[in-house]
Amino acid sequence: MTRNIWITAAVISFAGAAFAQEHVATLRSGTPLADNAEPPAIAKVVNSDLRQVRNYPEQPPLIPHKIDGYQIDLNANQCMQCHSRTAVEVSQAPMISITHFMSRDNQFLASVTPRRYFCNQCHVVQVEARALVENGFVDIDSVLEYVKQNQGSSD
Amino acid sequence: MLGFLRKLWGTIRRPSVHYSLGGLTMGGFLMGIIFWGGFNTALELTNTETFCTGCHEMRDNVFAELKTTIHYSNRSGVRATCPDCHVPHEWTPKIARKMQASKEVWGKIFGTINTREKFVEKRLELAQHEWARLKANDSLECRNCHSAESMDITRQSPRAADFHERLLFTGEKTCIDCHKGIAHELPNMKEAMLEGSLVLSSAQAAASDDLHDYLNRHAQH
Repeated sequence: MTRNIWITAAVISFAGAAFAQEHVATLRSGTPLADNAEPPAIAKVVNSDLRQVRNYPEQPPLIPHKIDGYQIDLNANQCMQCHSRTAVEVSQAPMISITHFMSRDNQFLASVTPRRYFCNQCHVVQVEARALVENGFVDIDSVLEYVKQNQGSSD
Repeated sequence: MLGFLRKLWGTIRRPSVHYSLGGLTMGGFLMGIIFWGGFNTALELTNTETFCTGCHEMRDNVFAELKTTIHYSNRSGVRATCPDCHVPHEWTPKIARKMQASKEVWGKIFGTINTREKFVEKRLELAQHEWARLKANDSLECRNCHSAESMDITRQSPRAADFHERLLFTGEKTCIDCHKGIAHELPNMKEAMLEGSLVLSSAQAAASDDLHDYLNRHAQH
């Protein structure tokens, strides 16, 4: 009996894996390996200059403008041309967060700490494109609302 | 020597014995066309991208960098070549710039930037020359194509429109003040600031300095 259960479990998991493999969303979308897929059109970068909602408080803010060709290397950091502490008066851009001045020991430095130097390690632009896969993300406010309602009904 | 000059002067101020007045006039006219035309043709030949990129110093460094920017490749196919930005279009300033450029011939002959390392070492100085030149002529070479009068800021992003309205139209700043590094990579901006050629990017430079220190420290370990 135990043996039968094991075999059934193995068959189900194997079939499940095979099914999943067929339906993994890839950028190639079913094009045979030897062929070149027709690439999708390059999506436009959102350039509205309007700040967007953060999905959670710690989320690095999205970049609401184009950053084509912005140089960030040992020589220069072009983001800082507007977002640095001294530049915001002229640029009226949001200053980089105070956390960017903190060393890994939480000590405040005079300027940007090296570990925060490369802006687009965390901050990214958005493009006007449909999501490749469905996203089930739910905002924390909705979660709290849901919990509150369910508690209300169970109590 | 003085005798020779006196003799030459005598020859010049005496009327011609063998040649007709018409022949001399026509000859002078034709030679004028040939020499002036030749001079101008040669000058314009040095004012082309093919000429500039004929040397590896330009082709492998600055021209390679230009190729990734909007001034080389864009949606409408209008583009700037080297002399469009780096040589004045008016005749007198152009000749003045060409005379300055004899220093560049010197540099070519003696290999001032004939390796990538030498170029990187000298890049800040070279960039500063161009920044100073554009600052002094109110970004004339930018404005040869981008005129403030024809700039429709309603078609720009809100950010760009605001900047141009506040800083460009009021004459507070000129193009090069904000658009450094538009066509080539920027040199070390920290050093640029120390030498006082920068206003806006002090924090940008300070940050890059910290990174230098950090990497130096870690390179030693």
